Amino acid sequence: MANLNEKLETHECDVIVIGAGGAGLRAAIEAAERGQKVAVVCKSLLGKAHTVMAEGGIAAAMGNVDPADNWQTHFKDTVKGAKYMNHWRMAQLHAQEAPDRIRELERWGAVFDRTPDGKILQRPFGGHTYRRLCHVGDRTGLEIIRTLQDKVVHTPGVEVFMECTISHLLKDGDRVCGALGYWRENGSFVLFKAKAIVLATGGIGKSFKITSNSWEYTGDGHVLAYDAGAELIDMEFVQFHPTGMVWPPGVAGLLVTEAVRGEGGILTNSQGERFMSKYDPERMELSTRDIVAKSIYQEVKEGRGSPHGGVFLDISHRGAEYIKKKLPSMYHQFKELADVDITKGPMEVGPTVHYVMGGVKVDPETCQSNVPGLFAAGEVAGGMHGANRLGGNSLSDLLVFGRRAGLGASDYVKGLSNQPKVDDTDVEKAIQEMLAPLDRSEGETPYEVHRDLQRVMQTEVGIVRTEEDLKKALTDLKEIQARAEKVKADGLRQYNPGWHLAKDIKTMAKVSEAIARCALQREESRGGHTRLDFPEYSNHWSKHNSIIRKESDGSMTVSTAPLPEMPPELKKLFEEEKH
Amino acid sequence: MAEALLKVYRGDEKTGKLVDYKIPVEAGMVVLDAVHYIQGYYSPDLAVRWNCKAAKCGSCSAEVNGKPSLMCKTRLDDFDLSQPIEVRPIKTFPLIKDLVTDVSWNYEVNKTIAPFKPKTENTDEWKVYQEDVDRVQEFRKCIECFLCQDVCHVLRNHDKKDLVNKKDLFAGPRFMVRLAGLEMHPMDVANRIPYIKNEAGVGYCNITKCCTEVCPEEIHITDNAIIPLKERVVDEYYDPILKMWRAITGKS
Ligand SMILES: Cc1cc2nc3c(=O)[nH]c(=O)nc-3n(C[C@H](O)[C@H](O)[C@H](O)COP(=O)(O)OP(=O)(O)OC[C@H]3O[C@@H](n4cnc5c(N)ncnc54)[C@H](O)[C@@H]3O)c2cc1C
Ligand code: SF4
Ligand code: SF4
Ligand code: FES
Repeated sequence: MANLNEKLETHECDVIVIGAGGAGLRAAIEAAERGQKVAVVCKSLLGKAHTVMAEGGIAAAMGNVDPADNWQTHFKDTVKGAKYMNHWRMAQLHAQEAPDRIRELERWGAVFDRTPDGKILQRPFGGHTYRRLCHVGDRTGLEIIRTLQDKVVHTPGVEVFMECTISHLLKDGDRVCGALGYWRENGSFVLFKAKAIVLATGGIGKSFKITSNSWEYTGDGHVLAYDAGAELIDMEFVQFHPTGMVWPPGVAGLLVTEAVRGEGGILTNSQGERFMSKYDPERMELSTRDIVAKSIYQEVKEGRGSPHGGVFLDISHRGAEYIKKKLPSMYHQFKELADVDITKGPMEVGPTVHYVMGGVKVDPETCQSNVPGLFAAGEVAGGMHGANRLGGNSLSDLLVFGRRAGLGASDYVKGLSNQPKVDDTDVEKAIQEMLAPLDRSEGETPYEVHRDLQRVMQTEVGIVRTEEDLKKALTDLKEIQARAEKVKADGLRQYNPGWHLAKDIKTMAKVSEAIARCALQREESRGGHTRLDFPEYSNHWSKHNSIIRKESDGSMTVSTAPLPEMPPELKKLFEEEKH
Repeated sequence: MAEALLKVYRGDEKTGKLVDYKIPVEAGMVVLDAVHYIQGYYSPDLAVRWNCKAAKCGSCSAEVNGKPSLMCKTRLDDFDLSQPIEVRPIKTFPLIKDLVTDVSWNYEVNKTIAPFKPKTENTDEWKVYQEDVDRVQEFRKCIECFLCQDVCHVLRNHDKKDLVNKKDLFAGPRFMVRLAGLEMHPMDVANRIPYIKNEAGVGYCNITKCCTEVCPEEIHITDNAIIPLKERVVDEYYDPILKMWRAITGKS
């Protein structure tokens, strides 16, 4: 093959950060400030990662609006929201460190909405006891990513490689030694030799049909880690955000921020009934996402849905001026895409795949996986959000653990006694795998396989699951995996989305298998995982995390690990409350 | 089912042409949906950028029937479907392929802007009032779609983009917005006025307001960002008394 003789573009760095969302950028800043030479690689242009789309806010117990708030309460809310499935230490670090990370952003130039006395304003959100979400109207993610982006650009020691996709991680024995990628623009390959890797690739939503996620969310980091021998944890926990758009078809799944409910939005069914009073009379619309999503599912299933198969969400009672100030992008989104004026009438909403709680199993302090030198932070990492993530806790997670991953990677590099080496044959094999779809003379297009994969995941591994469906899903996924190995990519290597998708569907099919296997194993219902055949919490499962591993023969296995036990002083926090 | 005829530019810097595609039209469909339909059913290698599909990321800029637009926000039912809809890449930047252009120039310009420099390194939370940040927040809404850069004649027709020699350079409306966001930040103390005058070339703007018209975030680029920056430059360079006053008292 001629291309193997091409001179391979090669870069050497201490730490390669894969991903330029909140987690990746924060990790890069930390590692560089600690003296490491850092390469940041991302699939889209800088500033376009998913983080830019976050709307509602970032959670931190600053106590600006409700002075009674503190890290202990944030910690408790997070653990309860997670249905006690998260790693207690991650939840603790997150609650303790989030306020510092916000103040730091402000010193880097971020401009949050303010309280009348000049502090950062905080709004209520589902599952948070106090008004806790720092925000900028409904474009909080934009503010955060722009601030980090500008910080990164002016941090010496960081180089950004944008529109470059990492396809393979490389190892030297047990530890990592680099990564191979391709430039989207011209399809040529590029090798990064690195001592440590930080994965910050985000989520998996594109395996489903109805999702708020972009094309980037193909589970790359999950599968790169898995293939490199890292364990994945709790992959069955997929968050269905209760409020996605349902109409018109082209925008189905697009997010309607929880801030609408935070600002007082009311959910009703076709009979005008405020149905949350049946499912969670205390918290109503501001119940946790898993509960609101399932309630909507139930209402629709029992025939009380809106014309397009959702329910109604109404904020118009807050008045036009207030809505346009606090929820401007929602106002425009509905006005321009659905011909609905939300200052005058209700929106139609229904559940949409939004976030994956499961991910790479990491050490809470350093974010290192079980593979030496491989770190993960942000949505791609698991353990922080357990069975259900609270709104606003992702953005804060990105900053807290992005920083910790940068720190962890930096310490790891400093502790290395010799430089790991890249094996040329690994690189050649990887390149051959990448080029195969272009060389095939016949085959399906990757788009066809992708549509089928999305259908399988949507209908068989969706918001409500059964043993029968999940078993069928695993059989269907096998077939899809086989088809994905044989697709043909038309055209050349130059900016070719079909070719890119040919690799992505293999990745999505693998991450989907991980989700289905964990979902089949967990015989209970908890948070983002609902089994019709096991509708209750189970005592056994309350003490176990799910673990996905790649065996030496290349097969995927699922098993369990005991949930790390909370130390007594933290447990006490929950007991005090009962009195 | 209704149909639309899309004429989409296919090709690269060297050669290219408009190619016809017939698309079944669903309710509420946007141009980006139509482009995805083409990828999914006709031409898997059609190059296009997108991420959010909700006018939040600024990736999907193109010229639809000659108008610089976000494809994810441009509805097919806004057009007379008996006529073809023409979709071309934005023109001001070099073409890579199909609808994708090389916008890296913008990222290079951004690097030359002095970053935020806070008044204090104090790690406590600052006291800053909403009325003092309203203006800045308008500028920070920018999603970097570069539609304003595309439409501005200084960049489009006069190509004031020579970053190497930094001669006759115009940073463009996007970066006037960014500069205004920094200059009017109540906690910032960096001085960018010489930069705005010289390197960024604010003088090249002759206030045609075309940029403001295409901005999907409805930022008042000309009135709220560029004109005040022009005034600051004038004050700094041509008003000796004010200049002396500033030298004594600090900023603005
Ligand atoms: C519409 C929407 C609204 C949201 N609102 C909120 C909110 O209000 N509050 C909140 O807390 N959370 C919110 N979330 C969730 C939150 O935004 C995300 O979970 C978070 O931004 C993920 O950040 P990240 O840094 O992990 O990944 P991302 O920001 O998604 O970044 C991933 C990066 O990895 C790169 N990448 C991926 N694969 C590869 C590869 N193979 N090679 C190279 N690069 C790669 C991508 O290009 C990208 O740069 C929202 C999510 C959505 C979709
Ligand atoms: S107002 Fe100035 S910046 Fe805007 S388009 Fe006209 S010349 Fe360009
Ligand atoms: S100022 Fe407006 S038009 Fe220009 S890049 Fe920003 S959002 Fe786009
Ligand atoms: S896809 Fe994000 S602005 Fe159009």
